[in-house]
Amino acid sequence: MENIDPIINLLMIFVLACIIGYYVIWGVTSALHSPLMAVTNAISSVIIVGALIAAGPEEINFSSIMGFFAIVLASINIFGGFVVSHRMLSMFKKKEKKKDNK
Amino acid sequence: MSENLTAISYLISAIFFILALKGLSHPESARNGNIMGIIGMTIAIITTLFNPNVLSYEMIIIGILIGGALGTYIALKIEMTALPQLVAAFHSLVGLAAVFVATSAFYSPESYGIVDSNNQIFTSSLIEMSIGVAIGAITFTGSIIAFLKLQGLVSGAPTTFFGQHFLNLIIFLSLIVLTVLFTIDSTINIFWIIVTLSFLLGVLLIIPIGGADMPVVVSMLNSYSGWAAAGIGFTLSNHLLIIVGSLVGASGAILSYIMCKGMNRSFISVILGGFGVEEGANVNKNEGKTVKTGSPDDAAFIMSNANSVIIVPGYGMAVAQAQHALREMCEILKKNGVTIKFAIHPVAGRMPGHMNVLLAEANVPYDEVFELEEINSEFSNADAAFVIGANDITNPAAKTDKSSPIYGMPILDVENAGTVLFVKRSMASGYAGVDNELFFRDNTMMLFSDAKKMVEDIIKGLG
Repeated sequence: MENIDPIINLLMIFVLACIIGYYVIWGVTSALHSPLMAVTNAISSVIIVGALIAAGPEEINFSSIMGFFAIVLASINIFGGFVVSHRMLSMFKKKEKKKDNK
Repeated sequence: MSENLTAISYLISAIFFILALKGLSHPESARNGNIMGIIGMTIAIITTLFNPNVLSYEMIIIGILIGGALGTYIALKIEMTALPQLVAAFHSLVGLAAVFVATSAFYSPESYGIVDSNNQIFTSSLIEMSIGVAIGAITFTGSIIAFLKLQGLVSGAPTTFFGQHFLNLIIFLSLIVLTVLFTIDSTINIFWIIVTLSFLLGVLLIIPIGGADMPVVVSMLNSYSGWAAAGIGFTLSNHLLIIVGSLVGASGAILSYIMCKGMNRSFISVILGGFGVEEGANVNKNEGKTVKTGSPDDAAFIMSNANSVIIVPGYGMAVAQAQHALREMCEILKKNGVTIKFAIHPVAGRMPGHMNVLLAEANVPYDEVFELEEINSEFSNADAAFVIGANDITNPAAKTDKSSPIYGMPILDVENAGTVLFVKRSMASGYAGVDNELFFRDNTMMLFSDAKKMVEDIIKGLG
């Protein structure tokens, strides 16, 4: 197994993750498809981990500036995505059994 | 932090992300799901801050503060009816961030450990970099166009020109050739040509797609933003990015599939665009027939005397912001002993689940809201169907008229209800450009007005 090219390992992870995604997403109720988009949008901004490494070095160069902008963009998405999904999800309520049922 | 520990932290983070999506299987568990997502993201960021290449924190902290403040502000201020364009705008940011990260990896590959002993970037990383940056760039400009269309800043009508598909094909093939050249000789010029062409392709792919196909486009761009993240994950050999990118990519792809099925359109024909354009010569078969129009009082009378009413909302309700008034009307009817249910078509609105969110915003309990398959058989038992701002999704031509552009599309069978009430601004046809024969039936009553005003007038009539 040691002679396997690292890219094959990455490919294995990729394919298995796609399969997990397939089954998990089919389980999402269609009423929540809008929050699903907001949540997936927020978590796809995990691309910020690449940006953090780019902005990490001591000296400031072209790469680290690119990294800085990527951090700003990804943060907008992370915070914005989670906050807007929270707003949406907190609106979904069950029928309240109040006394004003006539 | 050792590499093993980093990998394990990323694994934990990935599990939290999967749980976040799993939580969305039910509205009750969904709020916890969102928190799972936040935990996963926090773990991912903290883990990365311990990376040996991350030495200075000033830029990182400033970046997160600026972005976080902006994102939170926008998310708190946005109107729920503007959700589709917000999501499109967010997608564009993921795309652009992917482009920036890829650029950064190209200019300082040593930070990411993707260079060999001669300081040359690995060939496999070059291929992945090229693909990742291309998808990111397409997502960016494509989402910008989708945003402009949804916001109404550019016309929602399809923009087509001669040789469009041919041009797209040429650009696509050029990108493949450039990717190959890039692996042979990774010059800065080739990198930027790939980026520029992908930006252009993103624009060209979305401009021919019309307003009614937006649910598919938004889902598709959602998918692209995931694949872009996965592509960058391959470039940087980062497992977490690959896992999350795939999850998001799969999610968007499934949503696109559901939306296409809801319109009986193939994915290819949506991409090629121009819904209804070729139907310009459609003969108006209903010429000369008359419609029965009603007043708000008539509608109030019919509905208050009904046992059960099914409400069918569409994009027109969102435009008129009529959801709150609608809920109020339903409350009054319920007090009069009328059973109220809501029927949602998969492609109602401008993004998947759009109507559900608007009804939830207006405090309609989610257990009164039903999907097409759940409720379609109940129309025959309903005394009235109240169609507000929807048209094509109720058109029986989808079942009977093989020549109709919407033939085969699943529809809500409102025609089976005792009385069909249509709230519409005018007799104009829907986005598909087809006439709805339902308007001319004996048991149909047309209520011509702005959706919100009409509902408010009905409330007065009920009082």
